[in-house]
Amino acid sequence: MRRDVFQAIADPNRRAILALLAQQRLTLNGVAENFRISRPAVSRHIKILKECGLVVVIPQGRERFVEARFDKLQEVTRWVEQYRQLWEEKFNRLDALLEQMKKEN
Amino acid sequence: MPSKNKTIVNVEPGKQELYIIREFDAPRDLLFRAHTDPNLYVKWIGPHGYEMILREFEPVNGGKWSFIHKDSQGNEFGFHGCFHEISLEQLTQTFEFEGYPGHVSLETATLEELPGNRTRVTIHSVYQSVADRDGMVQSGMEKGVREGYERLDDILTGMK
Repeated sequence: MRRDVFQAIADPNRRAILALLAQQRLTLNGVAENFRISRPAVSRHIKILKECGLVVVIPQGRERFVEARFDKLQEVTRWVEQYRQLWEEKFNRLDALLEQMKKEN
Repeated sequence: MPSKNKTIVNVEPGKQELYIIREFDAPRDLLFRAHTDPNLYVKWIGPHGYEMILREFEPVNGGKWSFIHKDSQGNEFGFHGCFHEISLEQLTQTFEFEGYPGHVSLETATLEELPGNRTRVTIHSVYQSVADRDGMVQSGMEKGVREGYERLDDILTGMK
C-alpha cells in the first residue's frame, strides 16, 4: 500500500488526529477519547500516520505517547509548489504571446 | 519578466480534483484564440525544454486532440483526449497521459471576462481517484521535471 504524505492526509480522521496532535502530544487513549470512531480504528490511523512519517510513538514508562512530525508535511507543499511553477512557466509564455497578439490586432 | 498575475493552484487533501486559476491582461477572445489556434497553442502549452508536436488538434465539440512532448534525448511523452465543449466561455476536454493509460481526467477551462479587458482563466481538473490526482501533482506531469527535482533533492540531501 501507498505510504506517503498524500496518503496520510487523504483521510479526514487522520487530518483531525494531526490537528489534535499539533497542540500537544497525547497517549493513544488520549487521542481516542477525542474521536467517536473505535479505539482500534484510531490505532490503525496512527499506524498509517507513523508509516507515512507524520507521527512518532514514544514509549515513556507504561504509556506510549504520540507526537506529530510536521516537517514531513512540507513534502506536499513542495510538490504543489512545483506543479504551480510548471503552470506559471506556461502562463508567462502565454502572457508574452498575448502581448504579441495585441500588437498584431 | 515575471507577471504580477499570480498562478493559484488549489489542491485540497483527500479530493480527486484540483483548480488552477490565473488572470491575464488580455481580452477573452485573445485567450480563446491562444487555446484553439494550433499555431498559437504550441507556443505556450509545452513544458520548458521540450519539443511540442501536435498530432491531432480539432478544437470543436467532439473533436480530438493529441500531442507529444519530446525531450532533448528523444524521449517522447504522448497525451491525448477529446474536446467536449468549445465555446468562448468554456473549453471542456478529456486528458490522458499515454504513459499511464486508462487514467483519464476531465478538464474544464472557464474563460471569464473581467473589467479593463482582462480575463480570468480557471482550470478545473477531475480525476478518477484521489491517487490519480496526487500522482499527477507529484509527477509535475513531466518526467523531466520530476528528474530535475530528484536531482535537486540529491543536492539538498548532500547539503544536510
